[in-house]
Amino acid sequence: MLKATALHAEHLRLGAKLVDFAGWDMPIQYASQLDEHHAVRKSAGMFDVAHMSAVDLQGARTREFLRLLLANDVAKLKTPGKAPADAVGVGKALYSCMLDEHGGVIDDLIVYFIAEDAFRLVVNAGTTDKDLAWLRAKAPAFGVDVGHRSDLGILAVQGPEARAKVDALLPAELARACAGLTPFSAAWLGDRFVGRTGYTGEDGYELILPQADLVAIWTDLLAAGVAPCGLGARDTLRLEAGMNLYGQDMDETVSPLECGLAWTVSFADEGRAFIGRAALEAQRAAPPRKSIGLVLEGRGVLRAHMAVRAVNGELGETSSGGYAPTMKGSIAMARVPGSAVGPYEVEIRGQWLPTREVKPPFVRHGKVLV
Amino acid sequence: MSNTPAELKYAKSHEWVKKLPDGTLLIGITDHAQAALGDLVFVETPKVGRKLAANEACCVVESVKAASDVYAPVAGTVTETNAKLGENPELVNDAPYEGGWLWKLQPDKLADVDGLLDADGYIASIA
Repeated sequence: MLKATALHAEHLRLGAKLVDFAGWDMPIQYASQLDEHHAVRKSAGMFDVAHMSAVDLQGARTREFLRLLLANDVAKLKTPGKAPADAVGVGKALYSCMLDEHGGVIDDLIVYFIAEDAFRLVVNAGTTDKDLAWLRAKAPAFGVDVGHRSDLGILAVQGPEARAKVDALLPAELARACAGLTPFSAAWLGDRFVGRTGYTGEDGYELILPQADLVAIWTDLLAAGVAPCGLGARDTLRLEAGMNLYGQDMDETVSPLECGLAWTVSFADEGRAFIGRAALEAQRAAPPRKSIGLVLEGRGVLRAHMAVRAVNGELGETSSGGYAPTMKGSIAMARVPGSAVGPYEVEIRGQWLPTREVKPPFVRHGKVLV
Repeated sequence: MSNTPAELKYAKSHEWVKKLPDGTLLIGITDHAQAALGDLVFVETPKVGRKLAANEACCVVESVKAASDVYAPVAGTVTETNAKLGENPELVNDAPYEGGWLWKLQPDKLADVDGLLDADGYIASIA
């Protein structure tokens, strides 16, 4: 029996095609996946991501706990949370991997700074149970409480017009705070939480709201002309944005240094012995594998798990690939040995086809960058 | 509800076949198939002159989601392919029985077409 989000009936009403995603019955597309993709690049689209989880950490030593658990350093999160006299809170966010002792990626997540004794994580759907078990095994030593906020659901609203469409529906004082939000920060009022974050390469919000409020805001956004978008468009958008998908571009067999996420690992504080650090230090000078971006030179479509061949003979594999609607061509991310030298060819149905190596992102804010 | 014209013949593997006055066959994929595939972004048709066996995988249609084979409904030789699909693969989505045709085939035996499904038979096969 698949799990259903609070918006499930809305998807059925809109005629969505539903698929099993990590045990959830989720919309892959409504009408045209390409139209949904372009709506986000050009105006605004929304995604039911209520299968993902908000996890609230509470306790005086939460920051210290997260400095151990996360490869990025929450010491960077300095903007204080709620001002005492103000009902609306504002805090910064950080993207990080959570690693095991071998430096493998347990999950990638966003951590929001709410208060010195309160941080919020947003984690992937398929990894929620594993993440909670990991966090709860480590938390007691720090007196940190790990709360899975299954009473909250997440709705991503993305695109150049997304923030204005959402702001118009928020209580005035929250809307004012949101209008002034810098990228990668959040504002909240009670249980209504607005992060200026996303997974598309466009401006926008990820709203974390009480489950009971999701249908109303979905309906209001629909009426405001925001396009409902499925997981299919979410995948082509994040691929163009050069963003990794957990379980596909990385997992516990891959370190962040091998999947293009070295920028998210903070080695700066030499005294910070985050979990996985020793393993990463050992491969830091020369990671055994690396992630590269590829653009197919000719026609055809790159997909995940295609063979990749470097000009020096080294072999690898695409981790994600697909048609890039904004580029009207095909792109991929691939993992190859650290010693591989481009250019690279990819094997499609028995033929080795030339590609151009690029540094992702491929597309950002509606513009092709490669 | 997908469209399945009564005047065409069909293969279980979702191709349609139309007899042309010159004795060749026009071949494409059904409305049901294009809807299931989603937006097409690339079509690789068989080369003109290629001899095809019945049920041979000879054409690839790639949607935003996946690549799928298209099979020769009957044996024969490819005489023409739809050149417009190079720039406009979405024709297969927009007009699967008209502008979105894939290739023309000179059948080895025209009578082979009679062995294919009629519209009702195809509708029953996808029910």
